[in-house]
Amino acid sequence: MDPVVEAKKSLYGLTINELSQVVKEEGLPSFTAKQIADWLYKKDVTSIDQMTNLSKKSREQLEEKYQIGLSEHIKVQQSADGTKKYLFKIGNDKFVEAAYIPESDRATLCVSTQAGCKMGCLFCMTGKQGFQGNLSTIEILNQLRSIPEFRTVSNLVYMGMGEPFDNLENVLSSLEILTSDWGYGWSPKRITVSSIGIIPAMLTFLEKSNCHLAISLHNPFDDERKQMMPIQNVYPIQKVIAEIKKADLGRQQRVSFEYIMFDEINDTDRHIKEMGKLLNGLKCRVNLIRFHQVEGSPLKGTPDARIIEFRNALTAKGIFTTVRASRGQDIQAACGLLSTKELNKKSSQS
Amino acid sequence: MTKQRLIKNVFLVLYINLNCKMISWNQQKYTTEVVLENKMIAPSAYILKFRRKFNFSAGQVVGLGVNVAIEPRLYSIASGEDEEFIEILYTEKSDGQLTPMLSLLKNGDRVLVTQPYGTFTNYSDSPVFIATGTGIAPFISAIKSKRVSNVTLIHGVRACDYFYFSDMLKKQLGENYIQCCTGFASSEYFDGRVTKYLREFPVNPNKKYYLCGVAEMVVDARDILISKGVPFSSIISEIYF
Repeated sequence: MDPVVEAKKSLYGLTINELSQVVKEEGLPSFTAKQIADWLYKKDVTSIDQMTNLSKKSREQLEEKYQIGLSEHIKVQQSADGTKKYLFKIGNDKFVEAAYIPESDRATLCVSTQAGCKMGCLFCMTGKQGFQGNLSTIEILNQLRSIPEFRTVSNLVYMGMGEPFDNLENVLSSLEILTSDWGYGWSPKRITVSSIGIIPAMLTFLEKSNCHLAISLHNPFDDERKQMMPIQNVYPIQKVIAEIKKADLGRQQRVSFEYIMFDEINDTDRHIKEMGKLLNGLKCRVNLIRFHQVEGSPLKGTPDARIIEFRNALTAKGIFTTVRASRGQDIQAACGLLSTKELNKKSSQS
Repeated sequence: MTKQRLIKNVFLVLYINLNCKMISWNQQKYTTEVVLENKMIAPSAYILKFRRKFNFSAGQVVGLGVNVAIEPRLYSIASGEDEEFIEILYTEKSDGQLTPMLSLLKNGDRVLVTQPYGTFTNYSDSPVFIATGTGIAPFISAIKSKRVSNVTLIHGVRACDYFYFSDMLKKQLGENYIQCCTGFASSEYFDGRVTKYLREFPVNPNKKYYLCGVAEMVVDARDILISKGVPFSSIISEIYF
């Protein structure tokens, strides 16, 4: 029988403290951690051997136990409007998606933080997969690093599969790598983390990160939001907003609210009035999102004309409101659809 | 400041914190409670018991922890509103951070408990409760608290050992207590998951349905109920996360 070969650990996705620990364990000079970070996050190397300011002996030593650890996507779909949806395999049997959305003046990448999701929102396709696991820091960042458009991405949104605040530690590590001087050195203004509002994790995020925060609101009424989003039972949106109002936000930090428009469910004048009350006194933006019906869903999307009326009514109440452009409809760019199909394919084969 | 005075101040702060009933634990209020019982009721399944010092509504959760270094995890209260003790039903997850430590707690040990919160609490008349595993806890609390009448309870487990509180439920609910078991075929139980049961048997679209358990069950059961004519507004869910 062959001896068990221990899998090599990945260097990519490690923070500077974690890299310092690696070089300490390997008996390498402490400054090597910063050098490795440079190669990983500024020079985009794909092998340890390319880290040429490390001695050959150090590189060989690292290669015995470590690898860079990047992995390619296994599938890509491209929309007529240029939107691309990348599918990544995680482990043996999990799949996550990242959506690349180019525009004239920017290019946004939407990344996933979990395989599946535990939150069980009524309108969400990802939730139908159940929960399969948290993504590690490397698995989150790999969705950015491993796509061909990596260096053209101007904005990153954590709005793909999963609930970022249910995987806070790895999300915060990925943000640290993206925004630190020793990492990618991105401005936090280029990154938005979207959550349904898990209050303790949200407060930790606001304390530790200057990245933008987006909250999935979708209904201002307690009893109605409960029907769509079970999290309302534990962390009601009213308390989420009260905590945000109390929080000491950075000067550049922006809070926005995502609001998927469901026909005659959350788009009435009553909802406009309640939104006005709920967001009163909070500097924020509301982002209205068209709902594209999925098979079996009891929900229908609000007609465009009503979405515009809703936007105008909120704007008249002093709430900065925008309507998100629908992108990648021909490839069903909404998160969860491609990976669900891949999971179904896999289970039908097994 | 002298070293001696510094040490004294540190002890003073510790003393104040340990004796203060409500202190901050990662933005949460909590108390330290004495474990009165931590009993294994099925393989890897436990009921943790401590004295009730707060009022709560059936269906609410508390955060539990063994020290402040580990984030509290949320558990539904499984005891009745008027009972002298709080009971928490939990299963030990071998890969979990907290439950292997919780399972080691002995009588007299300390456990950190947040204030109760959550609003999975208002149940209609003649509700249908659907739960898997320890997701039965809020419904047990509601039944013990006599907050509901004419209850139907559908409980799904992987082995018959995990039909928690089944004696009480059989006695109180009779035929309205439906046990679904995936790991053991018996004429006593429905052979299969709760979702299989919902698919195979008629559902009353005029009732209110309350679901509690892992997201996969909640999402699947909700889809089945909707496909059988239950309005989504009649389905309220609590999820584990």
